[in-house]
Amino acid sequence: MNNMENLYRQVIMDHYKNPRNKGLVQDEHYHTSHIKNPTCGDDITIQSKIEDGIVKDIRHEGTGCSICCSSASVMSEVLIGKTVEEATAILETYLNMLTNKEFDEEVELEDAIAYSGVRKFPARIKCASIAWKAFEDTLKESE
Amino acid sequence: MDANRIKKDFQVYEDKTLCYLDSAASSLKPNRVVDVLNDYHKKYGVNVHRGVYNLSYIATEKYEASRQTLADFINAEFAEVIFTRGASNALNMVALSYGMNHVHEGDEIIVSELEHHSQLLPWQQVAKAKKAKLVYIPLNKEGRITTENFKKVLTDKTKVVAINHTSNVMGYITPLEEIIPLAHEVGAIVSVDAAQSVPHQKVDVKALDADFLAFSGHKMLGPTGIGVLYGKKKLLKEMAPIEFGGDMIDSVEKFDSVAKDAPYKFETGTPPIGEAIALGEAVRYIEELGFEAIKEHEQALRKYTIEEMRKIDGVTIYNPTVETGIISFNIDGVHPHDAVTYFDGDNICMRAGHHCAQLVTKWLNVVATLRISYYVYNSFEDADQFLASLKGAVAFFKSVGF
Repeated sequence: MNNMENLYRQVIMDHYKNPRNKGLVQDEHYHTSHIKNPTCGDDITIQSKIEDGIVKDIRHEGTGCSICCSSASVMSEVLIGKTVEEATAILETYLNMLTNKEFDEEVELEDAIAYSGVRKFPARIKCASIAWKAFEDTLKESE
Repeated sequence: MDANRIKKDFQVYEDKTLCYLDSAASSLKPNRVVDVLNDYHKKYGVNVHRGVYNLSYIATEKYEASRQTLADFINAEFAEVIFTRGASNALNMVALSYGMNHVHEGDEIIVSELEHHSQLLPWQQVAKAKKAKLVYIPLNKEGRITTENFKKVLTDKTKVVAINHTSNVMGYITPLEEIIPLAHEVGAIVSVDAAQSVPHQKVDVKALDADFLAFSGHKMLGPTGIGVLYGKKKLLKEMAPIEFGGDMIDSVEKFDSVAKDAPYKFETGTPPIGEAIALGEAVRYIEELGFEAIKEHEQALRKYTIEEMRKIDGVTIYNPTVETGIISFNIDGVHPHDAVTYFDGDNICMRAGHHCAQLVTKWLNVVATLRISYYVYNSFEDADQFLASLKGAVAFFKSVGF
């Protein structure tokens, strides 16, 4: 029997239909990372503005499936306003959760916890992680 | 054709719920093909053309007998069949050996937006390197290559026509029997990507008068890592090898060497021996079923499926007039990768993406498509399982707000 409800949670659908922080900016204070998944055509660009050790802003733009696009939006809401340390901890925890590795349950994932169902759909882990990986790239760049 | 009886020949169908609809990407492999492959590794897994001992003689005999089987299968001569790693490898060989030496500045190479990347990209490289022009056959409204549109781009400058026999996304059959003579009239050669046709219909290279024709083993019930390049004897004779090394060479001096004749000059290194022998077994399996029966079976499945799909609201079929067993479609408003997860949940395997043919997806003006493709082991129960799942998917995605 199909257990698709585990994947398509309400939060995910909400962010897919009404993405937050969407659209890129022309601003040199932002770091940009572009990731493409040529197998399925997912194509995501993430921009982040880090100031005084705080994630001031995250922007995203791209095309892809609902899991991919919504996760960029959810990520932006969860991480904006966090310190770089907090953001890094959430990022690590989130990616570990997706790939079924041990993760620190003390770290508050907020709405990103909606993606816990992705574990059961290994073929979709990439969709749920691509935006977060792009953000990770921008963090490294800002160091 | 009794697909449910055929299923018994495939161990993977021990899973009774499996609905495999991705044969255009890779077919399943029947037990007897796997047995032949295993036999090689277990009983005479040694090199060909080298040992003077009995075991190597057996391997060589079987390897070369398989070449003859493949030659007979497509009505070619023994020396016109080159074993390759697959169709991609074969098509690259044509571009790198023939193309790089025969195409010059200002020449034109005709391709189409329907081409698989393995046909398109090698000629893109030739065009760039030789300052030749890549010319696209305009597709008609349905997305087909027509003889009429081919004539519009054929000129005295055309040196090469590199096109598919059957499109891997749209499933259309190219009218090669009209296009090839026209190309020959202006002195062009035609290289055919037959990866999607050879498994499903009788392909006679002599009747087609194709100059080159490539196909893969794993799409026709054979193993991966083996394919065939057919080339006309007189063309192969003048062509230079691309890879050099063991087995392809006749005599070696300090500063020069002489290559063997075709096909061996194109087969350097130890080939995929067991795979080549097993491919011969796949050919026998297909011939026992017979192409008439295969065609009839696939067409009946496709006709039924398209008729039933049309009754479902919210589904767009991109190739409703298709003559083969390939159906490309989308659920309206649902990204193919979302959709394919639903089907996967019902143990239905199908392709989602751009199918290594990004220009077709662009031509269709979509990000990606879903594709099902039928083959000999697919039954009407498979079609019904797919149709039920499709209905479920449409309803589900609507219910969660797509």
